[in-house]
Amino acid sequence: MNKNISKEYDVIIIGGGATGAGTARDCAMRGLSVLLVERHDFAAGATGRNHGLLHSGARYAVTDHESAAECIKENMILRRIANHCVEENDGLFITLPEDDISFQSQFVDACKTAGIGTEIIDPDFARHIEPSVNPNLIGAVKVPDGSVDPFRLTMSNALDARIHGAVLLTQHEVTGVVKEQNRVTGVELFNHEIKEKVKYYGKIIVNAGGIWGHHIANLAGVSINMFPAKGSLLIFGHRVNKMVLNRCRKPANADILVPGDTICLIGTTSERIPYDQIDNMFVSRKDVDVLIREGVKLSPALAATRILRAYAGVRPLVAADNDPSGRSISRGIVLLDHQERDGLSGFITITGGKLMTYRLMAEEATDLICKKLSVDKQCETAEKSLPGAEKSEHPLSIATEKVYTGANISQKSAKDRHGTLAKNISNGDNYEDSLVCECEGVSIAEVKYAVNELHVNDLIDLRRRTRVGMGTCQGELCACRAAGLLCESSEKSGKAKDDLANFLQERWKGMLPITWGEGINEIQFTSWIYEGIYGLKPDNN
Amino acid sequence: MKKEMFEPFNSSDNNFEQCVKCTICTVYCPVLEVNPDYPGPKQSGPDGERLRLKDQNFYDESLKLCLNCKRCEVACPHGVKIGDIIQLARIKYSKKKPKVRDMILANTDIVGTMASTFAPIVNPIVALKPVRLMMDGVLKIDHHRIFPEYAGMRFETWYRRYAASKQTDFKKHVSYFHGCYVNYNFPKQGKDLIKIMNAAGYGVHLLEKEKCCGVALISNGLIKQATKQARHNVEAFKKSIVDKNMPVISTSSTCIFTIRDEYPHLLGVKNDEIRNESELATRFLFRLIDSGKLKLVFKKDYRKRIAYHTPCHMEKLGWSVYSTALLKMIPGIDFVSLESRCCGIAGTYGFKKENYKTSQGVGKPLFDQIESSDIDFVATDCETCKWQIEMSTTKKVEHPISILAEALDVEATVKLWQK
Repeated sequence: MNKNISKEYDVIIIGGGATGAGTARDCAMRGLSVLLVERHDFAAGATGRNHGLLHSGARYAVTDHESAAECIKENMILRRIANHCVEENDGLFITLPEDDISFQSQFVDACKTAGIGTEIIDPDFARHIEPSVNPNLIGAVKVPDGSVDPFRLTMSNALDARIHGAVLLTQHEVTGVVKEQNRVTGVELFNHEIKEKVKYYGKIIVNAGGIWGHHIANLAGVSINMFPAKGSLLIFGHRVNKMVLNRCRKPANADILVPGDTICLIGTTSERIPYDQIDNMFVSRKDVDVLIREGVKLSPALAATRILRAYAGVRPLVAADNDPSGRSISRGIVLLDHQERDGLSGFITITGGKLMTYRLMAEEATDLICKKLSVDKQCETAEKSLPGAEKSEHPLSIATEKVYTGANISQKSAKDRHGTLAKNISNGDNYEDSLVCECEGVSIAEVKYAVNELHVNDLIDLRRRTRVGMGTCQGELCACRAAGLLCESSEKSGKAKDDLANFLQERWKGMLPITWGEGINEIQFTSWIYEGIYGLKPDNN
Repeated sequence: MKKEMFEPFNSSDNNFEQCVKCTICTVYCPVLEVNPDYPGPKQSGPDGERLRLKDQNFYDESLKLCLNCKRCEVACPHGVKIGDIIQLARIKYSKKKPKVRDMILANTDIVGTMASTFAPIVNPIVALKPVRLMMDGVLKIDHHRIFPEYAGMRFETWYRRYAASKQTDFKKHVSYFHGCYVNYNFPKQGKDLIKIMNAAGYGVHLLEKEKCCGVALISNGLIKQATKQARHNVEAFKKSIVDKNMPVISTSSTCIFTIRDEYPHLLGVKNDEIRNESELATRFLFRLIDSGKLKLVFKKDYRKRIAYHTPCHMEKLGWSVYSTALLKMIPGIDFVSLESRCCGIAGTYGFKKENYKTSQGVGKPLFDQIESSDIDFVATDCETCKWQIEMSTTKKVEHPISILAEALDVEATVKLWQK
């Protein structure tokens, strides 16, 4: 199967996380021919497994000045270029009676140095603007935190890359790196969809595999010293808070509560894990306990709020080359030119960093790629809006729109998710506007749009694009409907039953650590529907 | 003004989280069956609440199509207060100001006071077709609707003149919350109650100035006024129940439901001290009879075939069984059960032009049942159900208390306890 052998790309990017998609966008915008390969789906790794916090940088202000300054800069850029992925909620850093209030002034000074606007507010006023906050707080500082949807952000970057000519391949896993002497010239891939091996060639191969980049580097014969750190989070059933809540102290466990879309998230824990465990992301009972116990200190209402799921992600921390023990691990951006470092040309690794700095990482990587390919083009990713984020031409007409219509929910939800691209979704047809996912307001039209336009292979991909199955029922009502639609519009209907079972299994995995109360009722009901009515068996998975 | 700016909009009772999306409420919603513009109780209630907590612009004016019949709450296996969630959302998020029409319909006592004063003039005028067409055009009150007639003498006036002085002769006493309908439109119902209670050995007293329970104010978005009246009524109830140890009974299922449940749930007016002793007249009587404290004797020649219609608020209270059991005690009654369905009027809802079609659509299965059941008349505890059924069918509607009063052998009953 060497039909693509003749085609050589300028750049092949490995990894469909925010960094990979961002790099693909940047390279494509600078006129390079780009191929992006991803073994599963966009934002399936660490990109989609975090808080979704649009950091102001305040969290790092005291401990890591450089990261803080990067964050606030990128924060302001994302508000501009990705407004449909961002919620400008603002955040509070609260001091509780058990915390040292003197940290507050140190914190505010550090923020100022990093360029982060802060405002010390009276605890009374804090309770006013954020009624869910722990009423015992003794101090509060307002910062420009926000929320960002990592799935949408990554997809928007991928879409823009595609608009600029990039080729995107999901379900393509790198199984080998093609080398000619000391030069990397291509990648060997396994196409999971059709179970075939393919090879593609490129002038520069970019390793943007996050934590899995460790393995990809090994395939190329070089080594990176990665230290996987697992972080667990809990998703609550609805938005308890409207502002991001942080503790005003040195970063610790479970001290950020982020409202995002219809839910809110508490996290995280931090635990070193062996590299061979990075694909085994379970959340322990201990993690759940810590998250609830600490979360309640931020907002007491959490104690009585339904928990939807628990999940964990792996931070791709990289040890500095001169520190193999990993003691002084940075959260900063790591860009490795393997030609300089290992004498292996045509191969670079971009890793470390954070979701917040994905664009900057992409810019630095692309700058290096351009230098190597002698392309003289400036980066424009900080100025040009992502697709969906363009300023609406008629903002007034949207604001005064009449909302006396049954389709209100699906149309508004689609607008929130896809920004200006939502105009491609609804055509006002009653059938098309009817809901697939009732919790999150996903319509038939939106599912069809995602399947046709947004690289959807299975139900789990569809969930990342549209929030199908992310609501309180966790797929109970929507999974079967979505499976039916997916089936209709693809030739792979034979796999539909397995896909459905897989999807429900994936939902169940996140619910398992928190099965009590209303959640367990819901799960029982779901199993009645799928096992009882539809006859789905556990061995379908 | 400044304070309102910081009104916490995203705080909510977590009750909606108990919803497991079983959708049973949606099956029981009478509106959804006939009006596809309404998103239904699940979508408007628990699902919508979650979205509104994300962004209050998810509030949809179609929530006004909810009848507040609470049949969704009765159906819910997890005790989600779906109706309350929808009503609270309307209170919190609706930006539409109540119209003049809504004020007129909602202020049952102010309008009632004026109308009953000029009853001989008002009644024929509002019944005239051209006037109804004008009200339809100008006020958007549907022209099919006929306003209940206003009485020439208010119940309160009648009571003071003819009944008050006799009530102290009894050993046992209750207070009577008559409500607007009895006072302005249909004093006979109040007189019937006094007849029964006196026969049962109870003196009947009025509260120290009752105000309209406020149900129409709530459903028309006049929350401030409703809250004020609720506070007033709770105080008046306390004077009777707590101070004088006199329970309060009412003949209106909606008034008593509003006072017992909507005051604390929707208006945040606490009623713990009075709730248990605030009763529906039929329930009060049934419990006396059931515990052996009272015996009623009925006329031997009373013969009627009647059907009982369960008003939505009786369904929610779970109290229709008291009214039907009481009616079945009358030997001459041939009792027909109707399937419990909403009649569609829902207080002032059905009077509004935009709701007329939905209202009649909701009620149709009930009307059909009534027409085909070969009865003398319909019995029900709710006055607005009465108007709706009388307008939409060929049958008259009577309150169980009036039926009881008609069938009661007063002398024989009094003899039983005077001995």
